Amino acid sequence: MIEFSGVTKVYGSTTVVDDVTAQLPKGGITSIIGPNGAGKSTLLSMIARLIPCDRGTVLVDGLDVARTSGETLARRLSILRQDNHMTARLTVHDLVAFGRYPYSRGRITADDQAHIGRALGYLGLNDLGDRFLDELSGGQRQRAFVAMVLCQDTDYMLFDEPLNNLDIRHAVGMMKLLGNAARDFGKTVVVVLHDVNFASCYSNHIIVMRDGKLFLQGSPREIIRSETLEQTYGCPFEVQELGGNRIAVYYT
Amino acid sequence: MRHERKRSSIVTLMVIAAVAATATIAFMTIGARGNWSFVLPFRGVKLLALALVAYSIAVSTVLFQTITNNRILTPAIMGFDWLYMLLQTLLVFGLGAAATSAIDVRLMFVVEIGTMLAFSLVLYRFLFSGAVRDLHLLLLIGVVFGTLFRSLSGFLQRLIDPNDFVVLQDRLFASFNAVDPNLLMISALMVVGASAVGLRIFHTFDVMSLGRETAISLGVDHRRITMTVLALVAIFVSVSAALVGPVTFFGLLVANLAYILMPTAKHRYVLPAAILLAVICLVGGQTILERVFAFDTALSIVIEFAGGLFFIFYLLRGHAR
Repeated sequence: MIEFSGVTKVYGSTTVVDDVTAQLPKGGITSIIGPNGAGKSTLLSMIARLIPCDRGTVLVDGLDVARTSGETLARRLSILRQDNHMTARLTVHDLVAFGRYPYSRGRITADDQAHIGRALGYLGLNDLGDRFLDELSGGQRQRAFVAMVLCQDTDYMLFDEPLNNLDIRHAVGMMKLLGNAARDFGKTVVVVLHDVNFASCYSNHIIVMRDGKLFLQGSPREIIRSETLEQTYGCPFEVQELGGNRIAVYYT
Repeated sequence: MRHERKRSSIVTLMVIAAVAATATIAFMTIGARGNWSFVLPFRGVKLLALALVAYSIAVSTVLFQTITNNRILTPAIMGFDWLYMLLQTLLVFGLGAAATSAIDVRLMFVVEIGTMLAFSLVLYRFLFSGAVRDLHLLLLIGVVFGTLFRSLSGFLQRLIDPNDFVVLQDRLFASFNAVDPNLLMISALMVVGASAVGLRIFHTFDVMSLGRETAISLGVDHRRITMTVLALVAIFVSVSAALVGPVTFFGLLVANLAYILMPTAKHRYVLPAAILLAVICLVGGQTILERVFAFDTALSIVIEFAGGLFFIFYLLRGHAR
């Protein structure tokens, strides 16, 4: 379980994340939604120790991320950020192989090789393994990075807007894949999403952030309602039930 | 195909190594007249100095570019060399040329390395522990510091007694002919020590080149490795600057040649390639210079010219990120 209490981040005079306390349930997909500048990505980065908290603590399975060694955490928790710029020229296979670094420190074993092959297959990248990252489309590159995170094989996987650059087919495929990983292997997936309907259809738990604070949390059924969404985003919403999912219509 | 790439990396590395070995043998033997027992130690000292400089510049540049995630800024461009220059100028300015020349070179060298180390650690500790995490800002600050060091030493050099200035100029101009043999021993020791530290964290280098966030996510202590590498860079830069003076574009040249020639970005291949290329440039260049041009021109001028052209070409190609 990921628990954080009183987590705060201040840049200059702006409080980006303001005293957020919550527990993310183990297993399933938890989505973090909210308007721009609500502190979603910052919160995610603090959970993954990429940014230190100014106040508050983050515990992953009872381990304080600020004190636990990077090596130990890298076998429990992984994160993929939005923009992954790279100066080194890598192939897809090389990139995915880095996911095994916490286990093998760069010396790839047969077991690692099996993990890499599985991750490539999972994301449909088998044919692209020897291509260089700068020869790929944005969506293919995004999938290669997700494959690296899968290859890291951690209990907790954090993604900051993983659907960026993906077309509809691949976006749906990505969410289903994360859902499968959560269901089949008992992984806990936390995603920051912009599209409330993706959050509604694919997540088990939704956290709503607004103005750096935790605004609401609950199941999609509790969160995806016109009043709550209007309060969150400040524009009119109409929510309808379609095929068992709640779909928000905001094209007014 | 993966294995093909690995094999072609090894083959490329072996070809570069063969060229480097040829350059070394040529340097030691061509035009040798008279007593071998004189020629070999005489040239051997010079060869060792060239090799140390090549190694230091290549390793410091590649590692610096790895931790800063760019391929255009180098320790030399960031002003490390100019700090060394300023230290020299300050010494001559404060003590006078006669007194400075009287100090044991080895003692002076240790003091200089200490100062360089302290500078880089203070600068980067201050910057990395605060809220500033932006490496671009860091690099900008480095460039500004470089200009400051250069301007300060330029100012002091205008105030200096003309006789002292001649002595100073002699120390500052990069010269591969006038290597101080007294410095060689201690330089070699420093380089071996620094390399041993580097070897211990070698496995993190590939991960570091993925960028800070990915490196942390993969469990690397990014801050500690950055600090360690910066300290190593300070030592390597001091060694090369003390032996031959500031060389601005050489590191950029060999590092980028290595990136281009090697089909992989792995440090296991890129680092040796950069070192060997640096050896080829320095030892081969010095051989051609001594035997073909009969010392008519300085090697550093040729290398800086080529490196400078490369730098401009690289900027125009839009690789500067």
